[in-house]
Amino acid sequence: MVPLSYYLVLSGILFACGVTGFLIRRNIITIFMSIELMLNGVNLSFVAFAAHWHALSGQVFVFFVMVVAAAEAAVGLAIIIAVYRTRETLNVDRVNLLKL
Amino acid sequence: MTPNLHLWLIPLLPLIGCAINGLCGRRFPRQTVAAVALAFCGAAFAMALWVAIQFSSVRVPHVEFLATWIRAGNFQADFAFYLDQLSLVMLLVVTGVGFLIHIYSVGYMWEEGGFYRFFSYLNLFMFFMLTLVLANNYLLMFIGWEGVGLASYLLIGFFFLRGSAAAAGKKAFIVNRIGDFGFLIALFLLIKHFGSLNFEQLFKSISVLPGETTEAGLLTSIGFLLMVGAAGKSAQIPLYVWLPDAMEGPTPVSALIHAATMVTAGVYMVARSHVIFDRAPTALMVVAIIGTLTALFAATIGVAQTDIKKVLAYSTISQLGYMFMACGVAAYSAGIFHLVTHAFFKGLLFLAAGSVIHAVGGEQDMRHMGGLRTKIPWTFWTMTMATFAISGFPPFAGFFSKDAILWRAYSSPYGSWVYWVIGLFTAFLTAFYMFRLWFLTFFGNYRGAAEELHGHAEHAGHGAHLGREEHGHGGIHESPPIMLAPLVILAVLSVVGGWIGWPTAQGGSNYFDKFLEPALHVTAPGASAGELSESAQTQATEHSEQGAKERVFTTISVVAAGLGLLLAWLLYYRRPELPQRIADRLDGLYHAVVNKYYVDEFYAAVFVKPLVEGSSRILWHGVDQGLIDSSINSSADGAREFSDAVRHMQSGNLRSYAGWIAAGAAVVIAYMTWMGTR
Repeated sequence: MVPLSYYLVLSGILFACGVTGFLIRRNIITIFMSIELMLNGVNLSFVAFAAHWHALSGQVFVFFVMVVAAAEAAVGLAIIIAVYRTRETLNVDRVNLLKL
Repeated sequence: MTPNLHLWLIPLLPLIGCAINGLCGRRFPRQTVAAVALAFCGAAFAMALWVAIQFSSVRVPHVEFLATWIRAGNFQADFAFYLDQLSLVMLLVVTGVGFLIHIYSVGYMWEEGGFYRFFSYLNLFMFFMLTLVLANNYLLMFIGWEGVGLASYLLIGFFFLRGSAAAAGKKAFIVNRIGDFGFLIALFLLIKHFGSLNFEQLFKSISVLPGETTEAGLLTSIGFLLMVGAAGKSAQIPLYVWLPDAMEGPTPVSALIHAATMVTAGVYMVARSHVIFDRAPTALMVVAIIGTLTALFAATIGVAQTDIKKVLAYSTISQLGYMFMACGVAAYSAGIFHLVTHAFFKGLLFLAAGSVIHAVGGEQDMRHMGGLRTKIPWTFWTMTMATFAISGFPPFAGFFSKDAILWRAYSSPYGSWVYWVIGLFTAFLTAFYMFRLWFLTFFGNYRGAAEELHGHAEHAGHGAHLGREEHGHGGIHESPPIMLAPLVILAVLSVVGGWIGWPTAQGGSNYFDKFLEPALHVTAPGASAGELSESAQTQATEHSEQGAKERVFTTISVVAAGLGLLLAWLLYYRRPELPQRIADRLDGLYHAVVNKYYVDEFYAAVFVKPLVEGSSRILWHGVDQGLIDSSINSSADGAREFSDAVRHMQSGNLRSYAGWIAAGAAVVIAYMTWMGTR
């Protein structure tokens, strides 16, 4: 039986990777993947807790997160395509028309 | 069983007409607009006639309850209509004369812009006036009272692009507000002390009170305040100044609102409130004095005016003064009688004056008229009838009513020979200025500008040369039949209209007085009631003597009118150079009269200027700009400065947003950790 703390550490590492990628990468698609990474890090801790406490609600949460992530991916990718078509770039530092 | 009179339909019909024309009239052709306006106004007239026919089978006063309006504690005001002899007379005058003037307006306003707007306003006026006349309580009456003021404002300012018309509308509205202020306070006093504004309840509870002899009694104050309201609406001293300016409105409006109906609302209100005035001799005396002074004062101004409509305006003020004089000596039926005949002949005078103005292409100055007798014969003859009627020649309508007033001013228990003498002199002045107008307009040679030189040539665009109401069509010409028909009808009424009040002293039956008797009989205890019963007893013996005296008085007043005619004939027909010489001789007085005794200037200096200065300096610059605006502005400035400082957080850079989120999350986690470890 793998102890709970292992899962949590792995989950924390995944989440930290996501955050780091989100902050330092400029390519929108990479940022997008980083978000997915963070979500899955969280998912991992959910299922770990669910297994540890023998409670199904954690797994239910994971399904919810996956559904939201799927929806987000659909919308997000559509936005990315739209942005690319109009701006011809995926560099977020150049997608800054909303600033003052 | 009294028949259902459906009184509510009478005011409502013109309101429907107003709504139709006001909402959709813009898209209608002129024919449709005119048809709608005439149909609804005519329907109201027909209803009024029907009510008049049914009247004998109605238990008077007839109250028609529609709905409860306000109920607060013991106080209740309803939408309910009240029909008695007095309101029936007013109903017939308002709808009848109103309908005739509607017909006339179709011809008169045909070429003006805003045709639908005009008729919408006119119908709106009818609605409010009929509400005023039919209301069964003072509050509903006040709605009509304010409403006719609104309609008057809208119609005076009908040519609102002309600055003077807009200013005249405002002046009328504001001066009326001053009067309404008095009226309102009178209503508050009535509510406070009698708990009701319903005519029946109110008069019942007042009529048990004794007459007041002290000068500061409750009823005296109420009567006085009501008179303030009446003075505003009916253009009496000191609030008459708006009426001459109101001539800026189209002429049919002057005829309908500022001569025949609306300005008589004050007389109606005083007559309606006679129960209050019967018990307040001091207030009654104030009414009589104001009326008498106004009659004289306005007549003297009318003598020197040169604008045909201004003469008629001052004449209206003067005649309204007569009506108040009659009310002030408790001869209410005589006042209402004069109201009716005045509605006929003054409405006619204005309409005929409009026809004259129409004929000469918008000119209103009588010095530029003259010799129109043969060119516009219909107008001439109808105006002649009206002139004789207003001057008080028998057997025209004005003779009977004016004579009734003059006689009652002397013979009434409240009367005095002073009223009679001033009234008589005013009658002389009335005849003088009316025949002056008549001679200047219709006799002599034409003194106008273009037409004579061009030999009545048809030339376009000349009507615009005066910038007045434009009736641009060359040559002097008679008005179309649609304008002449109301003139003729009113001319007939100006002749025969007075016969309903043929005094008994001259072998008549004085039907009008008897008809109004139940609604207007003096109910006061004490002197006047005793007088009445006494006179009833001794009527047989005294009758012949009184009759002889009355006949003498009548003769004197006819002679006075004749003298006025003669003087006008001498000055303005026989020796046209004389007036200028007399004016030169009486230089100071003449200028005072021409400038209307500088009353407008006086009011401007004493009331208007301090108000304007005070409001612009203290209220506008001080309070509004200094206090309110500056506090609002400084708080807005503060908000802007703060936003300027924080808006740089919105950089538009996605990764900086992400950084803010991460930092925030880190802070939250750190806080939670710290809380957890504590």
